[in-house]
Amino acid sequence: MKNSGNPTRAALAALAFTALAGPALAQQGLDEPFQKPFKEALAGKTVAYVPVAMNFDLTEGWYAGLKKELEPFGVKFVIRDANWNTNAGAQAVTSLISEKPAVMVVHNPDVQTYAKLLQRAENEGIYVIQINMGSAYRSAAFVGANWIEIGERDAEAVVKACEGKSNKIAIVQGALSAAASAYTLKGVENVLAKHPEIKVVSSQAADWDAAKAKAITQTVLKQNPDLCGIVGFWDGMDIGTAAAVKEAGLTGKVFLATSGGGERKGACELVKSGAFDLNLSYDVPTQAAQMAGTIKWLLSSGAKPGSIKGSEYTTLIPITKENADSQTSCWNLSDLKK
Amino acid sequence: MKRFRFSQQEIVFAVFALLFLVFSIFLNGFLTAENMLTLLQNVAVLGILGLAMAIVVIGRGIDISLIAALAVPPGLVLQMVQNGHSLPFSLLIAVLLTIAFGLVNGWLIAYAEVPSLFATLATGLLLAGLGQAALFQLDVVQWSAGMNGFEQLGQGTLLGIPTSIVMFAIACIVVAILLRQTRWGAYIYAIGDNPYAARVTGIPSRPIIVLQYVIAALIGCFAGLVMAASVNSMPTRVFNSTLIYDVILVVVLGGIGLSGGRGGVLNVIIGTLLIGTMLNGMTIMDISYAGQNLIKGVVLLLAVITDSFLNPRNEETAQQGDI
Repeated sequence: MKNSGNPTRAALAALAFTALAGPALAQQGLDEPFQKPFKEALAGKTVAYVPVAMNFDLTEGWYAGLKKELEPFGVKFVIRDANWNTNAGAQAVTSLISEKPAVMVVHNPDVQTYAKLLQRAENEGIYVIQINMGSAYRSAAFVGANWIEIGERDAEAVVKACEGKSNKIAIVQGALSAAASAYTLKGVENVLAKHPEIKVVSSQAADWDAAKAKAITQTVLKQNPDLCGIVGFWDGMDIGTAAAVKEAGLTGKVFLATSGGGERKGACELVKSGAFDLNLSYDVPTQAAQMAGTIKWLLSSGAKPGSIKGSEYTTLIPITKENADSQTSCWNLSDLKK
Repeated sequence: MKRFRFSQQEIVFAVFALLFLVFSIFLNGFLTAENMLTLLQNVAVLGILGLAMAIVVIGRGIDISLIAALAVPPGLVLQMVQNGHSLPFSLLIAVLLTIAFGLVNGWLIAYAEVPSLFATLATGLLLAGLGQAALFQLDVVQWSAGMNGFEQLGQGTLLGIPTSIVMFAIACIVVAILLRQTRWGAYIYAIGDNPYAARVTGIPSRPIIVLQYVIAALIGCFAGLVMAASVNSMPTRVFNSTLIYDVILVVVLGGIGLSGGRGGVLNVIIGTLLIGTMLNGMTIMDISYAGQNLIKGVVLLLAVITDSFLNPRNEETAQQGDI
């Protein structure tokens, strides 16, 4: 300690400095005037969540994400599980309207069923947020994937993979009644309209069912062993599509593009194994965070329900072999639930 | 003069033969060895389930809970392996669960004398609910590394034949032996034909009824394992689907009357072949979903109407079982 001087002196100097600077900073804090109304706007409010069904990666992920974001602010989070039953869902929404939660987060089974009910809910003073599958009624916010874009990007990838090959592709749709499936198909059609050389040898609905998707794909591959690509509409169903491709020994030869919520086991692992070549992920935790942000904003804004409407389309993450290993491409449900 | 009569089995076989012929002539790529294998492969699980249902229906019952037995125990195997248990241990637990489930069904029907339709409707819901609430994290239970090798049950080939077809064939042989070669099988027919007479003659009808449901549940579980292996996951949501109607359809269409005591493995095979041929042909033709349902409905209606024309109901044949 050659040049440091006397330690006692240094301590004295520090003390003097603190004494000088003290009055301005430490004597009294500065009140941030907006946080209290924000906290009051959220505390004790009820947010109701109506998914088409629980127990699958998307709805479980949204649930966990919303709960994590909202409950610390004293928000009561309730769930009404429609369990794949459109009637049960409509009943849940109807009874919620009379229970008057502050916000309803609704996952529509189709475009029409809930539309009138959601409009009524906003008239009764409930903010309505629609998630991933919207209804014909535009409410305070829609947070979700743009299915047209998903169809277009999947189809473009398949068309590109088919260059110089047979140009024969197949489409494995979801359920015919689901808007998500119909919109995705429209996106695929948009791209195919620009590529007349592409021949669609099969375009069938597999009802979101992996076994049906496998059966259809097996038959199609036997008829068209030179198929160069398949557009699938959901990774949960396209496990079956991929199994058919693998059994035919065509993994790597048939380009399989699909989409999903980006859960690690359902998305990244399957891309890594070569089952899927492209999986467009609408990253569920980000969607949940966006919904939670929207709920905070709506509740603290004091805006009249029904007076403002907007959309937050999800930025898609294309998962391919390049990024399937990365920590950020996919998410784990078990982590989100912690 | 003796009128020439067709049984439903023959009618369905004729419809199947006709469809097969039409497709073979007009549909390019239908009548190839590869496509035939695909056709069979796609309906193998349905056929195995049909065998389970056949055993119960021959014994004058019905098992609506079959799809729960298909979904829950195999789902449990995948879930347990995913959670780090060994495959043999998981299989053992699943088989024990299946047997317990069959015993509950059988006890309710044979001893508590609840009609089989209601008993299995309730137990099926119970098992599916148990699976959803307590056993599975997600509806679709994914394949994990610990299961590797087990997919051989539903994927790949054995001597050039896809394994799921081999599994269907094995199940057919086992059930055929049970029904035709063993005393138990004879008892099942006797109970189905006339339960009261069977009891009077000293057949242990209650234990045999319990046995039927245990075997049906075990076959259901086996079908589920084949299905899971074939799609590399177990979509337990299949319980909510209309698969059970397809199974009943295969059995009834094949000619196993719901009044019990009639039919056998051959009927299940014929029913399965008809459904398989229709599905395969329509997929090759790329018919829309709505169109497929329409055609399925028309063909099935035709088969049933023809049957009721050629074999009008009388007091005896109108005697139905529980349904």
